[in-house]
Amino acid sequence: MAVAKKIPSILSKQISFCPGCGHGVVVRLIAECIEEMKQEKNSIINVGVGCYSLMTPSVEIDRFDSLHGRGAAISTGFKRANPDTLVISYQGDGDAYSIGIGESVSAAYRNENITVITVNNTNYGMTGGQMSATTMPGQKTTTSPLGRNCQTTGMPMKFPEMIASSFPEVAYVARGSVTKPAYVNKLKGYIKNAFEAQMNGEGYSLIEVLSPCPTNWGMSPVESHERVNGEIEAYYPLGEFKLREEK
Amino acid sequence: MSDMVKGNHAFAEAAVRAGARFYAGYPITPSTEIMEYLSTRMEEVGGVFIQAENEGASMNILTGASASGVRCFTASSSVGMTLKQEAISHMADSDLPFLAFNVVRYGNGLGTLDTGQSDYHRDTRGGGSGDYRCIVLAPYSIPEAVELISVGFDLSDQYLVGTIIHTEAALGQMMEPCDMPEMKTVERRFGAIDGTYSHKRISPLTRNRLEEAVEMKERYERIKANEQRWESEYVEDADYVLVAYGLAGRSVIGAVKQLREEGHKVGYIRPITLWPYPEKAFEAVNPEVKGYISVEENATGQMVDDIALTLKKTSQASKDVFALTYAYGVPAMKKIKADFIRITKGEIKEVY
Repeated sequence: MAVAKKIPSILSKQISFCPGCGHGVVVRLIAECIEEMKQEKNSIINVGVGCYSLMTPSVEIDRFDSLHGRGAAISTGFKRANPDTLVISYQGDGDAYSIGIGESVSAAYRNENITVITVNNTNYGMTGGQMSATTMPGQKTTTSPLGRNCQTTGMPMKFPEMIASSFPEVAYVARGSVTKPAYVNKLKGYIKNAFEAQMNGEGYSLIEVLSPCPTNWGMSPVESHERVNGEIEAYYPLGEFKLREEK
Repeated sequence: MSDMVKGNHAFAEAAVRAGARFYAGYPITPSTEIMEYLSTRMEEVGGVFIQAENEGASMNILTGASASGVRCFTASSSVGMTLKQEAISHMADSDLPFLAFNVVRYGNGLGTLDTGQSDYHRDTRGGGSGDYRCIVLAPYSIPEAVELISVGFDLSDQYLVGTIIHTEAALGQMMEPCDMPEMKTVERRFGAIDGTYSHKRISPLTRNRLEEAVEMKERYERIKANEQRWESEYVEDADYVLVAYGLAGRSVIGAVKQLREEGHKVGYIRPITLWPYPEKAFEAVNPEVKGYISVEENATGQMVDDIALTLKKTSQASKDVFALTYAYGVPAMKKIKADFIRITKGEIKEVY
């Protein structure tokens, strides 16, 4: 039987991300989860600085434009001032893992009852594809034109693994992807789990999403999805790193 | 007689009495007793207290609280305030009110642990990147600080700007008799972010920053016109007017009174608002005044610039402007008097 997929009411207009980019899928899934949980009038999304800032005119819920990297701290302020409201910090790998690593770790360390969603596309997308904390070994970017040399720049950071192993009391940690329909369905389950954990007062939740960046990777959308499914997924395994506990 | 109370404890309690129920901060001498006090006091009044991972994060936490319409504040000192500037600029960009105590310690970088007035330029010019100002209030006593804290919160809400209580190590650490005001309750700011999406939210992609800049400038002009505060005495017949704020201002008042008794025609202006600068105070000064003397707890002389600019504006640009700079510590009345005599003898050159 055909199923009608309606655009969630809180997405008011089309968002113009590049063809093949994963942000559109992630924003759509967040909106679907909010709507299915009937939290349209009880949510705050705090949007970091990256290509995803493009979502802001279209997302019709309470919304704030964060400083670069400061999402987890600003979201802490929102949550403590609105303890019964769903608070989402939407960030990228550059935002959350490089400039914002202090805020990101500290919010998890305090077990703030917020949901951090980081979209990992292995580079700084908005500024034109520079090396980030998650750039793969050998990956060419505008600041690693010969390919990332991990001997001098370090290995790509695995933030969800770090949080789940260092702060076992957090509520929920998972990594998903947007590159296959089955992955998208699974990712939606992760996001909903995180939101439910938060509304249930279980503590900090983190979802990392592997996302293609065809424009900055110099690839077609199809090639970029294949790269995520191959090389990137091999280094960044999908799945749940901290499961919710009965409370 | 009122109870003796330590400055930092009085500041913290006054903020609670002004209805603030949200504090985030990071320890730094000589402001730390503010957050130590609040660590238990906020719980008693049902407020939020967060010890953040650093000063910048604490200010970003306030950003979320202020955007939620909650009366919120932080406290720090000099170099700690530097770390907050990114968030302060961001809050200015979003028209978010807050109150911050800068319990100034003298020096550059890490600085010293001693009292001083080395952050005048930073605090009166906004402090971070961009094109904004914060209201800056400079108390000279603990009771005046307690009064200004409530005023500062209200001004922040009225004009949607930050307010800095620009005080100094010695005022935070000393004790004075001080009465506390009654407890106030304040409502959340109308239309703030609370999850209900009561109002359409701006986006960086749809904002009209040109219009916003014009509105901001008009708002700042209203603050300049309506909110200048100062104390002055003996200026109508003065040959010299001494200008000083905070504890240096307290010393200057004593020095001027003694100099008057000794036959010198001197007056004083004590700015209470450092921004907006109390330009109106200078309009009442004797037109035949020979010069103005800025008395500051720093080495380079900072407020002296604003005195010169004010004189330019009030058609007194030809008057000499001196700076007596004392780095660091609160200058003694005896020292100020001796250096004033040196100025009258031509032994100290004017700055402007």
